[in-house]
Amino acid sequence: MRRARTGRARRPRSFYSTSVVRVLFFVPATVLLIILVVYPVLQTLALSFLGPGSGAFVGLDNYGNVLGSTETIDLRDTQFPLGTLIDNLLWIAIHLPMTLFTGLFLALTLQKVRGASIVKSMVFLGMVTPLIVGGIILRYLFDEKSGIVPQLFGALGVKSLAIQWTQYPSTLLFGLIFGSVWLWTGFSLIIYSAGLTTIPKDYFEAAQIDGASSWQMFRKITWPLLRPITLVVVTMTVLWELKIFDIVYAATNPNGGVGNAADVLALQMWRYAFRAGNYAEAAVVATLLTGLTLLVASFMFHRMVVGMRGGGKRPSLLARVLRIVRRRP
Amino acid sequence: MKRWSLARLRIRPRTVAIHAFAWGLGFLWLLPFLGVLMTAVRPVGEILHGWWVFDPFNPTAKNFVTAWTDPSTPMWRGIRNSFIVAIPSTAIPIFIASFAAYGFARFRFPIRDYLFLTIVLFMAVPQQMVAVPIFLRMIEAGLLDNFLGVILLHSSWAIPWILLFMRNFFQTLPVEVEEAARVDGASDLRIFLKIVLPMALPALAAVAVLQFMWVWNDFFFATVLLYSPQNLVATQLVPLLSVAGPYQRDQAVLSAASMIVMIVPVAIFALLQRYYIRGMIGWTIKG
Repeated sequence: MRRARTGRARRPRSFYSTSVVRVLFFVPATVLLIILVVYPVLQTLALSFLGPGSGAFVGLDNYGNVLGSTETIDLRDTQFPLGTLIDNLLWIAIHLPMTLFTGLFLALTLQKVRGASIVKSMVFLGMVTPLIVGGIILRYLFDEKSGIVPQLFGALGVKSLAIQWTQYPSTLLFGLIFGSVWLWTGFSLIIYSAGLTTIPKDYFEAAQIDGASSWQMFRKITWPLLRPITLVVVTMTVLWELKIFDIVYAATNPNGGVGNAADVLALQMWRYAFRAGNYAEAAVVATLLTGLTLLVASFMFHRMVVGMRGGGKRPSLLARVLRIVRRRP
Repeated sequence: MKRWSLARLRIRPRTVAIHAFAWGLGFLWLLPFLGVLMTAVRPVGEILHGWWVFDPFNPTAKNFVTAWTDPSTPMWRGIRNSFIVAIPSTAIPIFIASFAAYGFARFRFPIRDYLFLTIVLFMAVPQQMVAVPIFLRMIEAGLLDNFLGVILLHSSWAIPWILLFMRNFFQTLPVEVEEAARVDGASDLRIFLKIVLPMALPALAAVAVLQFMWVWNDFFFATVLLYSPQNLVATQLVPLLSVAGPYQRDQAVLSAASMIVMIVPVAIFALLQRYYIRGMIGWTIKG
């Protein structure tokens, strides 16, 4: 009785001082986030609805202008340029499966290889390289005389590909997409490698006793159990593909290369804003790009929400992976 | 007596094939880097027909010297500026976001989880979405073409992902230690600084490696905010060297410059690989 009362009597002061301290934990991060992230994002959104010169509300006019422009979508014929939006989608359509399956295949193969960590580091080097340097390297790679790719095709007798890839609209975009596979595969390799270590060995042993082939084991055990990892790789890779900027800028020019063949949304936005000074349409491109990235991220976001609601029943995948990574010296 | 044979070592042809394949692929991946290296260490005349032609082969450091001391856009200044930007842009957000992350992991308050998820969603937003307003506000604040402006921008931009990473990490720590300290009368701040942060050092190292590399490799924010020749960071100098100046189209000098920019992240990766990979995995995978 006595104890309860003193407890109650002491509580208010400590409760409020605790609350103040606890609020202070959030203050610096909140201030920076609001001033330099949230507010500018909302401002860009607002800009996209205002007239370029007048600043008056013009509804969706800017969106109409941008989406109607051949710079964004150019499907009048099947020739390059196809427009920034189509280029980004092409990037996803080609780059995503290539980098995902190459990384998965390598991760599976390297399980049985000595010195696997060295090979992984070699592949991962592309992820560490500044993308602006990556773009420069790609430019050299596809150089007619001193580039290894055209020279290789020349030696193989494929005349049509023994050219300066970056100087022809028909090869430029594909060259950069294939080149970005080289730069980004390290990501899916590392993430899949970590994911593979979370699958208990006895699953495979049991399957082997039952006489399952390696392909059956992959189809029935590995691939289904890696699904959450695949979701992560797909999300992160698509986000990366949508945000492509440096590679194209460095490998070509600020116009997306010869005939604008490799133009992408991020580059288009930069050009509108900082070359043409057209903030309204730059804001439209940025908003469209953000819409796409949020759409992609929402899949993972949804999983996080579900995970939070389910909260704490089983150790999270992160916890499991971290435990395994930590065990390694 | 000692006769080595494949059969004796129990090496099956299949194993040899897998090893050859995997290592071969690794070297294939390394090839473009080898090309840059070979181009950078030779006079430009030797590589006109490909860096793999080693006749003649006269290695030289001249390209590196040229790139490092270029009169208008010297790499030494780019590297210096990159360090000036990247070091505070790593330290500030880690410190600030760790506090908030601890709050999200341990304190209970209404709408906590919704607020957290909203902040995390900003991780997906592309840099282009803030470029124009940031550019205009920085002019007003007198921070355009100023390192402080770039540092503040990078610091704020990094908060969502560091927040996510550190909150997830703090949640894996045993809460009993903190509760025991609280019973002994330690304040939240004391518990966080004296108990939680020291336990979080490996995670902080992972975050630091990743964040430093992202800032170092960044090109877009730097291009938007820095324009004077003496303020350009290393990544900005690379495309500049490739289009302008007396060394136009000089592949060798440009390759040397590329090597110089790359060396810092590659060295960090080589030395702190464990933290980098752990950061990469922790950042992306969560249950």
